[in-house]
Amino acid sequence: MTRLNLLLALTLILTALSVVTSSHRARKLFIGLEEAQVQQARIEEDWRRLQLEQGTLAKHAFVEEVAKKRLNMRTPDARALQFVPLNAAAVVKP
Amino acid sequence: MNAATIPVNAASVAMKANQPLLQLRLPLWRSRFMMVILFGAFATLMGRAVYLQAWNNDFLQEEGEARTQRTVEISGVRGKITDRHGEVFASSTEVKSVYASLEDIRIGITPKDKTEAARKRADRNAQALKQLAPLLGISEGELYRRIGGTSTKPGAEKGERKRDFVRWARQLPPDLADQIAALKIDGIHLQREYKRTYPAGEVAAHIVGFTGIDENGQEGIELAMQESLAGQAGSRRVIKDRRGNIVEDVASIQASRQGQELALSIDSKIQYLAYSQLKQAVEAHGAKAGGIVVLDVHTGEVLALANLPTYNPNARAQLTGAQLRNRVLTDEFEPGSTMKPFTAALALEQGQVRPDTVIQTAPGRMHIGNATISDAHPHGAMSVAEIIQKSSNVGTVKMAMNIERADMWEMYRKVGLGAPPPLQFPGASPGRVRDWKKWRPIEQATMSYGYGLSVSLVQIARAYSIFARDGDLMPVTFTKRDSPVLGQPVISPETAREMRTMLAAAASNVGTAPKAQTMGYSVAGKTGTAHKQEGGGYAEKKYRASFVGFAPAGKPRLIIAVMIDEPSNGKYYGGDVAAPVFSAVSGGALRALGVPPDLAMKPIVLPPENREIRESLGVSLAKAE
Repeated sequence: MTRLNLLLALTLILTALSVVTSSHRARKLFIGLEEAQVQQARIEEDWRRLQLEQGTLAKHAFVEEVAKKRLNMRTPDARALQFVPLNAAAVVKP
Repeated sequence: MNAATIPVNAASVAMKANQPLLQLRLPLWRSRFMMVILFGAFATLMGRAVYLQAWNNDFLQEEGEARTQRTVEISGVRGKITDRHGEVFASSTEVKSVYASLEDIRIGITPKDKTEAARKRADRNAQALKQLAPLLGISEGELYRRIGGTSTKPGAEKGERKRDFVRWARQLPPDLADQIAALKIDGIHLQREYKRTYPAGEVAAHIVGFTGIDENGQEGIELAMQESLAGQAGSRRVIKDRRGNIVEDVASIQASRQGQELALSIDSKIQYLAYSQLKQAVEAHGAKAGGIVVLDVHTGEVLALANLPTYNPNARAQLTGAQLRNRVLTDEFEPGSTMKPFTAALALEQGQVRPDTVIQTAPGRMHIGNATISDAHPHGAMSVAEIIQKSSNVGTVKMAMNIERADMWEMYRKVGLGAPPPLQFPGASPGRVRDWKKWRPIEQATMSYGYGLSVSLVQIARAYSIFARDGDLMPVTFTKRDSPVLGQPVISPETAREMRTMLAAAASNVGTAPKAQTMGYSVAGKTGTAHKQEGGGYAEKKYRASFVGFAPAGKPRLIIAVMIDEPSNGKYYGGDVAAPVFSAVSGGALRALGVPPDLAMKPIVLPPENREIRESLGVSLAKAE
């Protein structure tokens, strides 16, 4: 009887301790999850911002302006255009 | 160690034996009394504990929660709007707004600050406040006025309601907000908000629309798709530890929802092309306004839609109604000659004429009742194909006179006129086609060439799909759809093919719109030049030039409709004003879409400028109406 009681007491202590450690671990993991989620939100926010920045810089009007004014580029004259047919490889061969 | 092993009884007996004092016998009640007191105290504690834990536990529970639980906000971001290739048209970014809790703000050390620490804190706060003013973009005096003016004494005396919590600034960029947060002033709070930005600016303003400061859609797609775009911020209850980490979820108070991303059917490349070409034309011809819409013939998608005047959705300080108006969708106008192909198609469909049937249009005038219908230039006997090609009013009316009123009305309804287009868009106009039972003969005649009924540009563009497709009317959409759609059959594929040939001739060197031609691709389409209605009649010198067409003419891929309102630099014919826009946009757009050219890549040789290719306006008749 005594031995059984001792055994039960021991088991009780062990399980109690394991509850403590596992709940501690659960919290740690949860904190990790929260941090990851915060980071995710931040990265998403950065992405949105960068996408907007890209959109503004790659705006057709802006690109055209830079090409024309700063780089002195122009649309080629129609006569200067040479259109290459899709099966170009076959055509080029003599 | 030995002493410890001696049995207790033996020890006490030995002690008693040695010490006489211990042999005294105390009265039994004293030990009992002590025992009762001790047990009583213990029982009281037990009772109290049980009471607090089990019966009256609300208060403690609350206090405990107040120390560990916090309500945390979960953000719900409004969905992005992108073009069909994922290029961003509208996106929300985080910004901060500054709130001030006036009661907690301290301008200096007050007698209330008893301890040294409190005085230090008050002093630091006052210093930080001085730095805050420039960050908010206001003067120091203004800052103090805001703190004092709305807070305690002076205002309160005048019976002014004391406002404790006021917003000082909205939509601050994150770096500025971080600087303010770093000041750590008591009573200054930052709150997260979102700001909508439109990188495409004025180019796509009318399609995308914009939101108000609270991120509710107010115009365009932002308004039409508010439901699915809107994000819903939520909140939840969590347990935080000493360091501020969230360690446990307790409950969700309000679920958050992220707004859904929306991919439009718009192709930003074509959109820019359409916008810039339209802008050029409107500026070159001194026009009041203009609109253009580009439709995909296979899928019914709107690939581009632009209006002028336009606005920058990122800076909307001075917006006028004219700028806001999405003319392509909301403006109803009398289409003029662009309606003629429908009359011809119906006559063909009913077997009344064939493309080569000759109709006498000489002397270029005809009378219906007491009204006169006339052509700009008398042409004599012409085939149906030539009537469309030269845009003869008389010829068109002669065809229309053999058609039942009800049939004509049905044709108009079937191509989507007089009913709002199937677009989820605020303010899309239904146009106006009156009931055929009330048509007088003269009205039927004018309608056959586009007066006496009104349409929006998107309606007429869509209506042309019966020619560009094999006789069926396609649905149109603003959202991306990759698969071809089925339309409602209106005319037979043969009639559609014949009409395509006629319209290709109209957009050639012998038609009214040689300037619609584009390098490498065959085109087809019809010009329209209509007198504008003003008050009760028609304005003498105010026109609306339009061109509706498709390309390539043989196997159409795009329908493009262009409308220029009140061109005032001398040229006002659709073929001179609107057709060049069509030419540039169709060529560029087809190349952008990778459609193989069906003509040799040779520059277009236009007929000499002085050649008279004038379409008939039919104003004398319109006046008679």
